Amino acid sequence: MSARFTARGRTGPLPHPASHMMLPMGGRVGERAGAVPERARVRQSWRRLLLLVALPLLLGAAEPRLVPDVSDTQIDIAYSFTGADLLLFGAILYPGGRPPADTDVVVVIKGPSEPLLVREKAKVAGIWINHASERFRSVPSFYAVASSRPLDQLVSPRTAAIYEIGIDNLLLSPANGASANEQTRFETGLVELKRRTGLYAEHAGAVSVREGVLYRALVPIPARVPVGSYTAETYLIRNGRIVAAATREIRIGKSGFERFVTTAASDYPFLYGLSGIALSLLLGWLAAIGFARARR
Amino acid sequence: MHLYLPIAGLSVNALVIVLLGGAVGVLSGMFGVGGGFLTTPLLIFYGVPPAVAVASSATQITGASVSGVLAHSRRQGVDFRLGGVLVAGGATGSLVGGFIFRLLQKSGQIDTIIGLLYVFLLGWIGLAMARESARAVVAARSGGPPPPITTQRHRKWIAALPFRWRFYGAGLYISPLAPFLLGLITGLLTVLMGVGGGFILVPAMLYVLGVSARVVVGTSLFQGLFVTAATTLVHALTTHAVDLVLAGLLLIGSVTGAQIGSHVVQQVRPERARMMLALIVLTVAIRMALGLTWRPDAIYTVQLL
Repeated sequence: MSARFTARGRTGPLPHPASHMMLPMGGRVGERAGAVPERARVRQSWRRLLLLVALPLLLGAAEPRLVPDVSDTQIDIAYSFTGADLLLFGAILYPGGRPPADTDVVVVIKGPSEPLLVREKAKVAGIWINHASERFRSVPSFYAVASSRPLDQLVSPRTAAIYEIGIDNLLLSPANGASANEQTRFETGLVELKRRTGLYAEHAGAVSVREGVLYRALVPIPARVPVGSYTAETYLIRNGRIVAAATREIRIGKSGFERFVTTAASDYPFLYGLSGIALSLLLGWLAAIGFARARR
Repeated sequence: MHLYLPIAGLSVNALVIVLLGGAVGVLSGMFGVGGGFLTTPLLIFYGVPPAVAVASSATQITGASVSGVLAHSRRQGVDFRLGGVLVAGGATGSLVGGFIFRLLQKSGQIDTIIGLLYVFLLGWIGLAMARESARAVVAARSGGPPPPITTQRHRKWIAALPFRWRFYGAGLYISPLAPFLLGLITGLLTVLMGVGGGFILVPAMLYVLGVSARVVVGTSLFQGLFVTAATTLVHALTTHAVDLVLAGLLLIGSVTGAQIGSHVVQQVRPERARMMLALIVLTVAIRMALGLTWRPDAIYTVQLL
């Protein structure tokens, strides 16, 4: 995750350049703080407060704020899990009051990144075998983007690349020193594979915005989804510019029996293997005596 | 009814898996093959990751073998001494196989090697069985005596091996080194291909060692039982790819199927049964050969690092 969204569940406008400016603190150049009389200090702090409140108005840009939420911040994979539909919804708050006419929302859901080795098959002596490979340092295991309109109509290619909006804008960070041409080939292959398994998806038009203030998006999560910590980033877009962003965290994990089996397999492999053998012996034996009795 | 497989990480139709296990179980009860040569490719075709398919089908063969071994031993169809030697060989083979598996996995050629092994072994054995059983069927039609099995009862190189043992059930007086070697090869194949090895063990015992046909199937199942159990453990410890839910579903089908199969086989003429098995084996071999030469769906594959 980039430094832009290090704070969990952070909401509110993107840091506007103006907010980084040093605020005028009232002190005159050359005047020592200790020399300010008591009354002047009180007046000074009042002025400071006023300035803070008035700042957004003074800057002229009535930056809207996003208040996002998701239907589930925790998705449990249980025995009957065949995928889930994640509902992302929220409100857009405008400090100025009236919402402008064209408001677009993009929701990006990203799974935990993982290093991958991608192999490429080629026909050698009549059969298809793996002949080349490329390492990728961090590939999102899951990536879904939902938008209120097709992405190319919403944001400029540059903005899309900066915020990694759209499957083609993902930074996959190939690790081998292969030529750019070769890297592109492997990246295309990897993305195509992920798309086919449903782990990378673009849902244009899946976000609906009501009267410019309420938005909702339904993003399908496939059954093969990897477990881990996911982020749902919501972007408010106007005139091709991202005016507000917010992030929510979603955990996808196995629960109950499924969780038990998975942890047993990785933490107690010997016992797990033995119980596998015991299970098969037991079932085989039960069937044998069952049938023998039924025939008698 | 959909069920989520915790290790494979996907949800499958439970009924399909149980039926698949059942069909394979019938074969296993009839011919003494574990049926892994069918389960593994079918599971992979269904979308189960290859490593999970190989590991879990080994677990399933264990269960299918139990009911088969019990059924056959009740009819004195198991030579436990010969079986013991085969198991010793098989355990050694599965350890060596585990090492080779890891090497091939690292170099990325495991899938190709598995495919080639399937094509050559199944093709060779399927052809040999088909030819032999076709002759037998033809002979039975014309009313003549069944043709003598063309293999020598006593092979020179086997007879030359030292320390001869008596195997009463099998009707043999040979060195245990021969069945040990045979067991070793099957153990290797169990780990690499996720098969019980019955499809190579049965013909090899019949035609190479000259084991009495009465105990061939039971002894092969007995060997498969122990070797697949060892393989389950090896996979659980190294690849962590044994999916108990998947194995359980397969087991429910196959233990039932195995019982049915071991009774069906008594109603069918043996040469006909062998012909059927030969055809099934050949079909799988041809399908695998096509899979190697056809342009695959996925040119690119990923492996977690």
